[in-house]
Amino acid sequence: MAAEKYAVFKSGWLPWALLAPQGLIIAVFFFWPAAQALLQSMQMQDSFGLSRQWVGLDNFRSLFADSAYLEAFQTTAVFSVLVAVLGLSLSLVLAVFADRVVRGALLYRSMLIVPYAVAPAVAGVLWVFMFAPSLGVVAYALRHFFELEWNHLLNSMHAMTLIVAAAVWKQISYNFLFFLAGLQSIPKSLIEAAAIDGARPWHRFWTIQLPLLSPTTFFLLVINMVYAFFDTFAIIDATTQGGPGRDTAILVFKVYQDGFKGGDLGGSAAQSVVLMVIVVALTVLQFRYVEKKVQY
Amino acid sequence: MVLGLLIVAFPLYLALIASTHTAQAIAQAPMPMLPGGHMLENYAAVLGGSGGSGASNAPVGRMMWVSLVTAMAITVGKIAVSLLSAFALVYFRFPLRGLVFWAIFVTLMLPVEVRIAPTYQVVADLGLLNSYAGLTVPLIASATATFLFRQFFLTVPDELVEAARMDGAGPMRFFFDILLPLSKTSIAALFVIQFIYGWNQYLWPLLATTSEDMYPVVVGIRRMMAGGDSGNQWNLVMATAVLAMLPPTLVVVLMQRWFVKGLVDTEK
Repeated sequence: MAAEKYAVFKSGWLPWALLAPQGLIIAVFFFWPAAQALLQSMQMQDSFGLSRQWVGLDNFRSLFADSAYLEAFQTTAVFSVLVAVLGLSLSLVLAVFADRVVRGALLYRSMLIVPYAVAPAVAGVLWVFMFAPSLGVVAYALRHFFELEWNHLLNSMHAMTLIVAAAVWKQISYNFLFFLAGLQSIPKSLIEAAAIDGARPWHRFWTIQLPLLSPTTFFLLVINMVYAFFDTFAIIDATTQGGPGRDTAILVFKVYQDGFKGGDLGGSAAQSVVLMVIVVALTVLQFRYVEKKVQY
Repeated sequence: MVLGLLIVAFPLYLALIASTHTAQAIAQAPMPMLPGGHMLENYAAVLGGSGGSGASNAPVGRMMWVSLVTAMAITVGKIAVSLLSAFALVYFRFPLRGLVFWAIFVTLMLPVEVRIAPTYQVVADLGLLNSYAGLTVPLIASATATFLFRQFFLTVPDELVEAARMDGAGPMRFFFDILLPLSKTSIAALFVIQFIYGWNQYLWPLLATTSEDMYPVVVGIRRMMAGGDSGNQWNLVMATAVLAMLPPTLVVVLMQRWFVKGLVDTEK
């Protein structure tokens, strides 16, 4: 924890009054639901919601015995690795160019941060429009120039490509800004010294800039994983809705589908609990790393 | 570089173009690549809700209003709530302070997506479905904002508190007269980020609203797309998309300086 103030006010009740709004919201909308999820995950409800039965860890057992759930795990893994790797490399390239460009830098940056402002659901709609099999511009171009029959409603490879593309596009701005900030904090003298020693721009990038960016990269990797896990729900709902079949149903989508469309509250709650464990693991990972690497 | 820019901008350009054509012009692949002459009538149709045969033709004007109120409520609420709690955490010593700190910290790890079903039940039990309160209050608590303000308060020189105390100012006086004006930049930065966060919420409004006149525009556009590939009136869908993108884009581009600073600071 950071340094503490030594000059403080003294009051018995005021700090609690100040904390009350935040505390109340957290208690009602965070801790209470989280506890409910834990509780429900160990209960079984009949289909009319009339009675509940304590089933212990049965929900979890049947969850991990369910091939559909394991598939969703796999889908999520493939999806988030693709999104993180593609998103990071693309935006790194863009940031390196933006760092070198002198004229029009502001315009360039303004254009690149616009996707950040676009809602995930709207981003999904835009990409579906471009790739719509019968009338989308990109689908048409693919058919015309590459003789590729694009149909993300039938072909699960196509569907996966579509959601990865939309998710990457949406996240580019964020990664770009962090890479750019990272690049600009590298002292110019280092690069000039290397240039005087005769290192070509490409060589300078690999040996100086990229290693110095590694804290940023790691941080963005975690953030992008979390993003792909959770924030892409809207993109998927607006594009493939988990289809064809359930080939693009990632874990978050399945929680929603099973809980709200399928009415399996116990199973859905168990899935929520699994997701919470994943987030906590990712967050802990991130903080341990950040703490180890404070000096850049 | 220009290529990269083109790829990023292409979807946006296409939406803009599509919103100026008739549905028939778009349905003929390949659709025209230059602006057409139906811009005004498309936008008028969308805003007024006379979309015709679409799956849903609730007026987008109303949705924009809902979105705006929701986003503003979330933004202002979040900033106010987090300012107060950061103030309490930094400037007071009280029992259980460490526990409170961690309780707020843990909420960082529980995004809405993870606890949708139980949260939905709580809100339903409180009778808040289809209301602005239901749309906003569960999203107002913010660990991120609290931490940003906490970090900032820790950098404020202690001499200011001592001086204020010597002059006989109480804690609230100090908060409003000294701390708040100093925090202006942080508040502006958070405003941008939270406004976008609020405007772009999707899953939560999808669950918490069931009646058309409480849909935010982001949810509304999804409901317009039920007609399948060529059944959609893409010109109207795209006009809605452009409208839905407009406010957050304006906020980001116009407040770019604060936005970039805030984004990079929040995550430290």
